[in-house]
Amino acid sequence: MTTMKEEGNYANRPSNTAFTQQRLPAWQPMLSAGVVIPGFLLIGLAFIGIGVGLLITSRSIQVLELDYTGTETSSPCYQCTMSNQSNCVCKLSFSIGTLFKGPVFFYYGLTNYFQNQRKYGVSKDFNQLIGDVSYFKSPSSDCQPYQRVNGKPIVPCGAIANSMFNDTFKLYQIINGKEELVPFDGKGIAWWTDYNIKYRNPDYTPLKNAFNDTEKPVFWTKPAYELDTSDASNNGFINQDFLVWMRRAALPNFRKLYRRITEGNYKDGLPAGNYSLEISYNYPVISFEGTKKVTFSNVSWMGGQNEFLGIAYLVIGSMCVVMSVVMLIVYAKFRFPEED
Amino acid sequence: MARENEDAGMAEDVSKAKSQRKSKAKETKTRTVHANTLHDFAKGEENPSRRYANNRIKTTKYTVLSFLPKNLFEQFHRLANVYFVFIALLNFVPVVNTFLPELALAPVLFILSVTAIKDIWEDYRRHRSDMEINHMDCLVYSRAEKGYVEKYWKEVRVGDFIRLRCNEILPADVLLLSSSDPDRLCHIETATLDGETNLKQRQVVRSFFDLDCDFDPLKYNSVIECEKPNNDLNRFRGYIIHQSGKKDALYKENLLLRGCTIRNTEEAVGIVIYAGHETKAMLNNNGPRYKRSKLERQMNVDVFWCVIILLVMCLFAALGHGLWMFQYGDKRPVFDVLSPEGTNLSPIMSAIYLFLTMIIVFQVLIPISLFVSIEIVKICQVYFIHQDADLYDEETDSHLQCRALNITEDLGQMQYIFSDKTGTLTENKMVFRRCTVAGVEYSHDANAKRIAMYQEMDSEEEECISHGGTLPRRDSVGSHQSARVLRSHSTKSHRRTGSRAEAKRASILSKHTAFSSPMEKDITPDPQLLDKVNDCSSQLDFMRLHSQPMSQLPSDLSDVFDFFIALTICNTVVVSSPNQPRQKVRMRFELKSPVKTIEDFIKRFTPSRLTSGSNNSSSSSLNRSSNKGGSSMQSCPSAESTLTKLNEEQSSSVMEHAFSPAPPSYDGKAFCTPDEGELRYEAESPDEAALVYAARAYKCSLVGRLPDQVTVELPHLGKLNFELLHTLGFDSTRKRMSVVVRHPLTDQITVYTKGADSVIMELIRPPITGNSKGRRQKKILCRTQNYLNLYAADGLRTLCIAKKVLSKDEYARWLQHHLQAETAIQRREELLFESALRLETNLQLLGATGIEDRLQDGVPETIASLRKAGLQIWVLTGDKQETAVNIAYACKLLDPEEELLTLNADSQEACKLLLEESLHYIQAKFLCSSGDASAKDFHANVSSFEIYPSSPLSSHAASDSVHRLGLVIDGRTLAYALDASLEDTFLTVARSCRSVLCCRSTPLQKSMVVKLVRNKLKVMTLAIGDGANDVSMIQVADVGVGISGQEGMQAVMASDFALPRFRYLQKLLLVHGHWCYSRLANMILYFFYKNAMFVALIFWYQFYCGFSGSAMIDQWYLIFFNLMFSSFPQLISGTLDKDVSAETLQQLPQLYTSGQNSEEYKPYMFWMNMIDAFYQSLVCFFIPYFAYTDSDVDLFTWGTPITTIALLTILLHLGIETKTWTWMNCLSIAFSVALFFTVALCYNASCPTCYPPSNPYWTIQRLLQDPVFYLLCTIAPVAALLPRYFYRACHSTLFPNPVQVGRQLDKLPADTRRNILSLSRVKMGSWLSPRQPSLPVGKPQNCTQKDQRGTEAPAKRAGAESVQQGPAHPPDPHSSSLKELGAKNDPLLSEELQPASTKDPSDPSWVPSTQMDRVQLNLPPSRAPPCVTYVRSSETALSCEQTPPCSRGTTAEAELYTAV
Repeated sequence: MTTMKEEGNYANRPSNTAFTQQRLPAWQPMLSAGVVIPGFLLIGLAFIGIGVGLLITSRSIQVLELDYTGTETSSPCYQCTMSNQSNCVCKLSFSIGTLFKGPVFFYYGLTNYFQNQRKYGVSKDFNQLIGDVSYFKSPSSDCQPYQRVNGKPIVPCGAIANSMFNDTFKLYQIINGKEELVPFDGKGIAWWTDYNIKYRNPDYTPLKNAFNDTEKPVFWTKPAYELDTSDASNNGFINQDFLVWMRRAALPNFRKLYRRITEGNYKDGLPAGNYSLEISYNYPVISFEGTKKVTFSNVSWMGGQNEFLGIAYLVIGSMCVVMSVVMLIVYAKFRFPEED
Repeated sequence: MARENEDAGMAEDVSKAKSQRKSKAKETKTRTVHANTLHDFAKGEENPSRRYANNRIKTTKYTVLSFLPKNLFEQFHRLANVYFVFIALLNFVPVVNTFLPELALAPVLFILSVTAIKDIWEDYRRHRSDMEINHMDCLVYSRAEKGYVEKYWKEVRVGDFIRLRCNEILPADVLLLSSSDPDRLCHIETATLDGETNLKQRQVVRSFFDLDCDFDPLKYNSVIECEKPNNDLNRFRGYIIHQSGKKDALYKENLLLRGCTIRNTEEAVGIVIYAGHETKAMLNNNGPRYKRSKLERQMNVDVFWCVIILLVMCLFAALGHGLWMFQYGDKRPVFDVLSPEGTNLSPIMSAIYLFLTMIIVFQVLIPISLFVSIEIVKICQVYFIHQDADLYDEETDSHLQCRALNITEDLGQMQYIFSDKTGTLTENKMVFRRCTVAGVEYSHDANAKRIAMYQEMDSEEEECISHGGTLPRRDSVGSHQSARVLRSHSTKSHRRTGSRAEAKRASILSKHTAFSSPMEKDITPDPQLLDKVNDCSSQLDFMRLHSQPMSQLPSDLSDVFDFFIALTICNTVVVSSPNQPRQKVRMRFELKSPVKTIEDFIKRFTPSRLTSGSNNSSSSSLNRSSNKGGSSMQSCPSAESTLTKLNEEQSSSVMEHAFSPAPPSYDGKAFCTPDEGELRYEAESPDEAALVYAARAYKCSLVGRLPDQVTVELPHLGKLNFELLHTLGFDSTRKRMSVVVRHPLTDQITVYTKGADSVIMELIRPPITGNSKGRRQKKILCRTQNYLNLYAADGLRTLCIAKKVLSKDEYARWLQHHLQAETAIQRREELLFESALRLETNLQLLGATGIEDRLQDGVPETIASLRKAGLQIWVLTGDKQETAVNIAYACKLLDPEEELLTLNADSQEACKLLLEESLHYIQAKFLCSSGDASAKDFHANVSSFEIYPSSPLSSHAASDSVHRLGLVIDGRTLAYALDASLEDTFLTVARSCRSVLCCRSTPLQKSMVVKLVRNKLKVMTLAIGDGANDVSMIQVADVGVGISGQEGMQAVMASDFALPRFRYLQKLLLVHGHWCYSRLANMILYFFYKNAMFVALIFWYQFYCGFSGSAMIDQWYLIFFNLMFSSFPQLISGTLDKDVSAETLQQLPQLYTSGQNSEEYKPYMFWMNMIDAFYQSLVCFFIPYFAYTDSDVDLFTWGTPITTIALLTILLHLGIETKTWTWMNCLSIAFSVALFFTVALCYNASCPTCYPPSNPYWTIQRLLQDPVFYLLCTIAPVAALLPRYFYRACHSTLFPNPVQVGRQLDKLPADTRRNILSLSRVKMGSWLSPRQPSLPVGKPQNCTQKDQRGTEAPAKRAGAESVQQGPAHPPDPHSSSLKELGAKNDPLLSEELQPASTKDPSDPSWVPSTQMDRVQLNLPPSRAPPCVTYVRSSETALSCEQTPPCSRGTTAEAELYTAV
């Protein structure tokens, strides 16, 4: 009964809870040798294991890279760099020693190409690309200076679209001196969300009508609705090549998926033999000292060939192990006799 | 209560009010107040009082309309806000913009709105309290109603008549015109204003004094002229002009101040003089203080470094971009974008644009949320400090107050403590101990015994508590309920047992009621003196009956009589009796449970109730039975019972002793009978009350005090009425007070003066030589001085009592001047002061008193542990030297083994010489004592008595002895020493002393000392004090601490932290200071790291995007990273992280040095963190870079993993730095990660066409399906944190610093830890400061070599290892000061020293360097402290030599010692 009265008396008494008295139950991780050394060892061993796995996976991936820039005179595409002809075609021959396991991905690659440049990246109009016709007439100012030409709005506007890669490739296998076309699969090379959600064509049939009173990008030879003459559904903004191009590369040296080889005789990959790649050479890279290349690659669960991750895991893992050993030695030498 | 809430806005309002007043001041210099009754019918302008502020208070800063502009304006005073707004606005410029302009505004808006919301909340609280106050009721006279009507406070106006009833709070400053009190008095309690709890008397204005009937406002037609509103609580001047033309002066005694409470007075009527914001209370109300802490200052330097890093990075990027553009020349690559106009930008122009762009991109480097986060963390820290139950004082029901919200971390970095003595170290509860009258000493042995008994009980009782109460509390975290029950049991039972507990209890109540505890009240008189008093009064009675002249009384008896009369009346004590109880007296009994035993104890220890207290045995049996209730008490039942027995014996014997000599023949009327109830005394200062209680013990009791009359009751003589002519109040310059009375027996006009002995002794009439009376006088004088020295040596406060008889003519002459002074409006104080000086001359010494001021609980322990924490403690006191020195010994500030340097000089030159000599002496000691073997032997002998018996390294003890110097300096010498020419020497001397004691120092000197140390030594200073005389010191120091004790609130008002007790300083500094500092330091460093690490990621990317200012991290992540994703964990750990537990911190005060040396946040740490940040960002950037190199990855699919990795790394980094994981830490980290992914998922799924330019639609969703993403998220943080983790692990296992050792101790089970700490302190000590350079003992080595060893070895030591190096100055103190001294030391001296110290240890020939001064080097015979006293005075002032208490010993030993 007195306690009750006292409570009232001590109105200012702080409440005695673990929180206010800063006595919350707590875990104090001590970096003591007993914890650290086994910890390091365990992490190290785990990492080494992962690293070995990654390296093996990576090694199993086959990659074939062919540069076709044509800076050297010996290069088959050399003449294309010289002249200003619009439809220069050059042929690149190569041979594959063993079966190139499928599905084979066919990439084109550029170096020294700054798709990640800030002003370049801004230069597009999403509203046009989602098929909003009202923006066809007045493209976003972001697109400047590729907003209008001759007073007419450009569709699709902006530098990214304007600079779309326009080399095309055809692959032939030479069987008994005869060229046999390797069928390319051009579907589904872009992100599903890009193809279905982010980019849409305006609801016009024919599509051409939507582009009335607009101009094609200055560097383009064909308007957007004629990008793929063979497949009507692969035109406009949902053209797969266009979609791939519009997804800007992160780094100045990049490759982009061009086609997959999944059909016919080449379903299981490219058999050993001689091949010839026919390139219609349009895209200029010499001016900025860039290079162009094509890449054949198959993929694993972790993507294309990349040994780095495996090596990194190995290195960090072995560092951990080394550290634990070092600490063990130092600790054994210097530990204080008092410590227990 | 509510008044406390009106804080921040006040200052501004006040200044506004001031400026308004300034404009009015041009019109008149005074305020004229007319009664509103005369003008009730006149509307508006015609009433002069309408111009004055009304009583509505408004402390809010904003109105609804003005909030936005005003608040924004205020926020933009902060430079950082302007900077961030500038950056946000930069985003609207198309050429340079990076983010969505709206998005870029978000963080700034967020920060601004957080602050704004905080401001609104505060303002709303102020508004609420304003409303509450404005709507309180009071009675205001209304002419229309012809009576008093209830009105709100806000409706009160200047000129209104207010009727006040008992216990009402005053709504405004009111001039008292009428009181129901027959003496025309009104009592007020001013606790809310100045914290003084005693009642103050206020008087009705003189011209209304004689009013017989009730005051009628309608008949009032006078005009009041008074000064303009000001904030001086102790001053009010003016006069009232009646219609008759008669003028009457007004004093502060006539003014009732707003906020005070009417007590003891049924009804009072007054006229409002100042209202609302112009009241003195409101003008005194200052907002909280704003200080910038050391850590923040340090941080700001690093913020500037961040700015420089930012600019360098931007410049680098701009340059890079320029070159990148330049390399393409005229050939434009396809990916290059021309300017909107289609023209080609020159590389230089684009570089310039890019520079601005980069500032936007890298803005995160300047941590926008840092300032807000720090504020939040500090508020939380303040909350926790407030909530600490250990800092809560049950007696006063008060806890620590943080008045300054933003310097909590400074508490962890203190290096010097400047403490007041009285009331800070001591309780300021004065107990009369002994007195000397007319040269005869009365030792009051019985009284001393009584007090000893109180103390004994106290200590036993505490033991009991520690057995019973604290143990369960410590162990059971979860079972507070049971712990509380146990504790309440134990408090209950010990209250029953000890009367000290009752005293404690009473002192709780004294907070409310201003009554003294029994210990202070019940003085056991000295039988000898009591006889004399009786003798004297009976003789006087006899003489009065036979109408003989009083002068025939023997002079020693008359002195005794006068002495007690002076004690009784020379004060301002107010008498109240339980017959007219104050509200709170009643409350006292309501609140206190009426336990029968408490009553018994009161009876037993209150002599007046002796008659009824005969049931001792029954009460003690009751005691025992009650003990069984508390299980906790069973651990010490024997102590309990012996205590009870002791009580019985003691009390009965004491009381017999005390009352047997009292002749039973006194008539009951003269004596305070139990029925009548005892009188209670309320004094402004506790020593006044102590003296009055002392006099009462001799039956010379004060029974009534009216403004013009004091009634004293004496045995035989009955009640004597002294006509009180004047009271010349106490002030700190005069250091005395006087009353002028007409003596009822002799009819002479007599002046009684009471004051500090130093001033009174100077005012004593020089004895006429030759005649016998003169000789007697001289003898009395000399003896009294001797006793005074003795008292002081015992640590008592001494007061001298003197009197003077004035002839009628003398009085008339003086009165004339005095009246002029009293009525003057200008310079009244000075005139009164001069008038007092004129009166207090040629006094006749009556005697002196010794009052004990007891040390507060736990002061010695606190000082010891603060000192172990490396804090230098200086005591600055106004007390006299001997008292101060003794208190210093009592509270372990000075150690008996310490040598004492006493500096007393009476001229500048003397002071200079003294200081130089001390310096030489110290140098000599430094050079030789540490090296010499015999010194070690000596110290080994000494140290066997030390607290830590087996100090393992004798060299340690020896090096310690260098610091074993105490410096005592008096006020006068201090004044010389503080001179610009000497201050450096003074500081050098003072620094080499372990403790410094400045006595007799004025408030100004106190602040000068603090300022000197603070500015010259560049150290962090803390000043702690409780009285008005400490205010200046408190304000000057980096951290001011006020003790909310007895002496009012001024110190608290000026302080940053207010403590109820001195001993709480220990936990405040050692625990909370340490925590706050280490938490904030770590948080700030982490902040810098975090932002640098994040920004560097983007910087590395610039090398791969042509320095174009593009970022792979999405703008949303970039903007919200600081605000959302990474902010919570650091706030949590900044608030809750504990590096070492509170117990360990208190048990190992050495850990405090880490804060003193700023070990948690040194400048290099910023750079180490920056380097680490850059390293980590490199890892976090390049692992994804190489993992995705030459792939078809797109920009944000690549950037998002980097963001994730960075976030994980940053959070794990915090995890490494977090020392204590509570569920809140884990939760906050989990929350941060979850928040990031949630936001990312929502953001990436929300809108396919929004958020240009990044437009990261479905990116994170795809990434989450990619195993590489997880692989990256595993390896990158591990790789990034590996070095730091490895470093930490190595550091804490192999070379742990003291703090880490403390943490390891924490891990041990509680019992083991306690054992380690209590038993093997030595081991801990050696563990904490290992590797002392162990000097070979006994090997003959000469001095200088040793000296070099001594200087170099510690310098090599790591800073962390110098924990036990005594006082720690910022650079290793030991080495630096030694070097300094060594450098100054001329080779001659050291050459001279060598032979002295090595060849012949007993040869005192080294002294030549100090031969010029009078050196007294004494070694104590046994345990008395060794002492060196320098006395240099051109002319020794008083013949009575000042003998320092410590200097008694044989010179032979002394020589040995000094040679050593």
